[in-house]
Amino acid sequence: MKVLSEDRTRILFEKLTKYIGVNVKLLIDRPDGTYCFREKKDRVYYISEKLLHLAQTVKPDNLVSAGTCFGKFTKTNKFRLHITALTYISPYAPFKVWVKPSAEQQFLYGHHIIKSGLGRITENTPKHQGVVVLTMSDIPIGFGVASRTTAECRHADPLATIVFHQADVGEYIRSEDTLT
Amino acid sequence: MDIVNEILEREQKKADKYKPITVEKHLELEFDLGSLLASDTNDLDIKTLKTNKDSYLLALTRDNAQLLLNKVWELPTERIEEAIVVRLPQPTTILPRAKPVPVPKPLTKWQEFAKAKGINKKKKDKLQWDEQLQKWVPLYGFKKTAAEKEKNWLIEVPQNLDPMTDMYEKKAGEKSEKVAKNELQRLKNLARAKKVKIPRVGLPVTSDKASATQLSTAASVAKASTASLGKFQDKLPKEKEARGKGVHELIPGKERKRKAPIPTPAAEKEYNLNLLDNILSKRPKIDMDKAVAKSINEEEVKRSHEKKNMKPGLGKRKTQGKGNATNFSAKKPKAGKGKRAPNKKSTGRKRR
Repeated sequence: MKVLSEDRTRILFEKLTKYIGVNVKLLIDRPDGTYCFREKKDRVYYISEKLLHLAQTVKPDNLVSAGTCFGKFTKTNKFRLHITALTYISPYAPFKVWVKPSAEQQFLYGHHIIKSGLGRITENTPKHQGVVVLTMSDIPIGFGVASRTTAECRHADPLATIVFHQADVGEYIRSEDTLT
Repeated sequence: MDIVNEILEREQKKADKYKPITVEKHLELEFDLGSLLASDTNDLDIKTLKTNKDSYLLALTRDNAQLLLNKVWELPTERIEEAIVVRLPQPTTILPRAKPVPVPKPLTKWQEFAKAKGINKKKKDKLQWDEQLQKWVPLYGFKKTAAEKEKNWLIEVPQNLDPMTDMYEKKAGEKSEKVAKNELQRLKNLARAKKVKIPRVGLPVTSDKASATQLSTAASVAKASTASLGKFQDKLPKEKEARGKGVHELIPGKERKRKAPIPTPAAEKEYNLNLLDNILSKRPKIDMDKAVAKSINEEEVKRSHEKKNMKPGLGKRKTQGKGNATNFSAKKPKAGKGKRAPNKKSTGRKRR
């Protein structure tokens, strides 16, 4: 468990602000204890100080993971969010997209959301904004990137992509071995 | 009677001189005849040990030695060259070794890799059947070379090469290169085994097609190669410094940074919050796309409100040309019907 370097912290926060904006502060500054980001094998874990102390008793070679994996740094030093971060992102996300029940399965299989599957969208969503994808019953099922603004969505044709798929809860099954 | 007494006395003296071969022991001794070892687990008589140490220990040793020899005599004896000998059994006591256990040979890089991957060495046959020559050819050695010579009496020049190339020379060159590489790897393995630091071999200059990482490394090195270690060199807009293993050592003036100590939780939080503020403040104040989208959205919301508020039955205009935006009907706006009123605006959008 390494402390993230300065530029990696910056990259991580830049990515997180794309999804939850200023609410990243709430992840760092929590009333229920100190939480921090730690890195292991290019993967970033969000972990409480208490748990971190416990994890430090384990030999680094034997420690697979501790805390919640937020994502990983690619070989080109970009940060990619994993679906495991959804629990922390979904409550804070200002921009959301709701999908119709008929389109849920498509999204959970890793496809983009098309206009016909779009149930609801937060007003004023800008282009390329990170959004959390929810079912119509408000259950978060993943996140993506808006490909159009809300206004543009209205005039888009039914097959146009509205949200680019980034991660979905189906990955818990599909890529079970790569998620830690 | 005198004679009898005398004899008895003499016998007594003899018996005193030679101690008895039977020894009484509270606990039986443990014997390892192979290494002629007897271990006595009986308690020492501490009182006698303190008052008469030497004679007591001597007596004890004698007794135990006697017992050991008694055991030895129980073994089958042989007579070899007028001497009675005993063949001792295998020793059962395990003695610790005098020298430390030899350290296992350090693995080469390939062996390490193979071990990690679980690759096992496969034995190859020393001879291989050659279809072309119709005979068995060894894997290596002068016979293999001879066979190769016999096979390659003619080598075709591929089309993509210069027709005047000497293919034999080329093949020999390739082979010598392979040998050189192998030798280099052997030396590297030796150096690694002895933990000798070897200098890096810089950037490869031979290949005409350098990879992106090689180029970026070269650029970073070149940039730092000024008297001021690249401090005053301009940066390109999206320039990235080369990263990766060993790049740091190549760049002059960049000594290895010591690992930063792990910050305290409070300090880390403070630092993270500062960094976050920095990031958030750097975002553009006015996002043009967002602003345009917002205004479009507001307009649409307004219009939809108007549509909702509008009651289709009461869409009558009170006076001609005097309608305002709040109660216009879905009907086409009409002109003034011949009456021109240039300073009065008509409702609806302008039509040309």
